[in-house]
Amino acid sequence: MKKVEAVIKTEKLDQALDALSEIGYPGVTISEVRGHGKQKGVTHHWRGNVYTVKFIPKVKIEVVILDEDLPRILDAIVLKSRTGNIGDGKVFVLDVEEAVRVRTGESGMKAI
Amino acid sequence: MSKGDRRNRLYRAILVSGIVMVIIFSFGRLASAGDPSGASTGTRIDVSVDQSEPSSHQQKQVLDEVGHVKVSVNFIWVFLGGILVFFMQAGFALLETGFCQKKNALHVMMTNFMIFGIAVIGFYLIGFALMFGGIGALKQLGGQPILTHESTLGGWGLVGSRGFALSGPAYDTGIFLFFLFEVVFMDTAATIPTGAMAERWKFSAFAVYGLFIGMILYPIFGNWVWGGGWLAQLGMKAGLGNGYVDFAGSSVVHAVGGLTGLMGVLVLGPRFGKFKKDGTPRAIPGHNIPIAILGTILLVFGWFGFNAGSTLNGGDLRLGVIATNTLLACCFGAVAAMLYMWKKTGYPDPSMSANGCLAGLVSITAPCAFVPAWSAAIIGSIAGTIVCVSVFTLERKFKIDDPVGAIAVHGVNGIWGVLALGIFADGTYGAGYNGVGHAVRGVLYGGWSQLLAQLVGASTCIVFVCAVMYTFFKVQDRIMGIRVAPDIEMGGVDQEMGVPAYTESTDLLEGGV
Repeated sequence: MKKVEAVIKTEKLDQALDALSEIGYPGVTISEVRGHGKQKGVTHHWRGNVYTVKFIPKVKIEVVILDEDLPRILDAIVLKSRTGNIGDGKVFVLDVEEAVRVRTGESGMKAI
Repeated sequence: MSKGDRRNRLYRAILVSGIVMVIIFSFGRLASAGDPSGASTGTRIDVSVDQSEPSSHQQKQVLDEVGHVKVSVNFIWVFLGGILVFFMQAGFALLETGFCQKKNALHVMMTNFMIFGIAVIGFYLIGFALMFGGIGALKQLGGQPILTHESTLGGWGLVGSRGFALSGPAYDTGIFLFFLFEVVFMDTAATIPTGAMAERWKFSAFAVYGLFIGMILYPIFGNWVWGGGWLAQLGMKAGLGNGYVDFAGSSVVHAVGGLTGLMGVLVLGPRFGKFKKDGTPRAIPGHNIPIAILGTILLVFGWFGFNAGSTLNGGDLRLGVIATNTLLACCFGAVAAMLYMWKKTGYPDPSMSANGCLAGLVSITAPCAFVPAWSAAIIGSIAGTIVCVSVFTLERKFKIDDPVGAIAVHGVNGIWGVLALGIFADGTYGAGYNGVGHAVRGVLYGGWSQLLAQLVGASTCIVFVCAVMYTFFKVQDRIMGIRVAPDIEMGGVDQEMGVPAYTESTDLLEGGV
């Protein structure tokens, strides 16, 4: 089992979720996060003065998947979230030791 | 005696003296010459037909009816104008709050809201009488000569003195309506500094200021221009055009408010963090720009009452020209500011476009009744440009921190408006204005002396308002301090209100019952 954590542009969330759902993962967890990468924030203009917002709002998708689905999932998230501009985000993959479905007590692959 | 006791005692003293004042004013002069019921306002004397020939009873009745209808139209027009101007209060509140930070939103809203209560009390008790106490009969409202005493110096009017607390003979339906219309103008002037001085002004100091401007400052300059005072007499007595002409209040309302704000800012100083050590300004972005734009649109809406309503006469059909000039200047101002900012910064800056729209309105307020459409367009375009240049100059060169641009919008463009009248007035309207027979003519139509009158009026406005208000704020600062403590400013002046503008649901969990 793997956990995929994707930090992407908020406006790309719907497309990424649709893609996950098509592959067979309708269940996900998302959170609103803030951060910046190499571009270190974004500049705005207020009454002729420029200011920088250091931490830009992003959305983080967390989903736990079967190992064999990993390449498809990564492809889907990356392609759906890409605009080609800076600030498109990043995807991280982690190993998951165990998963338990609270309602039934099933564990391992059955639980995801 | 504890601090709380002392404060309670102070409040009680204020309350008691207020009640005593009202009683004195109410019963001081019971002799009534006014028409409180309105039943005898608007009769055949208001009809301008030759009534010297003896006519039948029926003819007289018809003439009475006609007179009543004529005056009724004016009543409705003035009332409508008044409530439109009142609604500008909502515009100011939203505009200023949107341009300020979230942590100060309720404080800004509250100053815009309570200035109405506080300043109106001052205007009711004292201010109205000082301003209009010598204006004479309000013919278009069917009025009798009740507001008839102007204190003069060598024949030049300085201040009126009839109609205190609307008592005695001033208990008259025409005068009450006139009061309603004028008090909302006063309040517009009074609320302008709440924007310039926002985010650091101590609320108690604001409350005292509100009483002062409604009671003393606004009425005195207003008397000189609108109450028959010496600036209005420049035409009759010194031959300068039609005297100082400010149709709906570019100077009387807007420059007074803007310059007062400037003096307040000079005494307050900039907000923490507004300027870096080397003096370059930092952006402190407003927290709700959409609501500020909504406020701007509400102000435009109210402004139609402000300018067109200032005919005080529903039968004066020049109001069509006035309303459209108002609209044109507003649009040209907004577009000029938008283009200026677009060129300069690469963006059609929404907050400066809003300022440009208001600058156009402020500048057309004085000349709106006297100029053709093309002049209104030029006046508005120049205003939209001036406002951007002024915002930058005030902030970058003079280190003046005005969070909403009130000084540039109302102060600078108020002065531009009265000067524009002296340039563009085309001589098609205003015959008889300020008692001078000919129509109002600016430089482009040969009226050099009108421009001179405008220059005298504008300089008087600047000198008088700046001198009085700078002294007022300085003295007030010495006595009670007009700026909040640093920790209050850092954490948000909403702390003075005891509750933030936007309460969080977690407040309930943490607070407990």
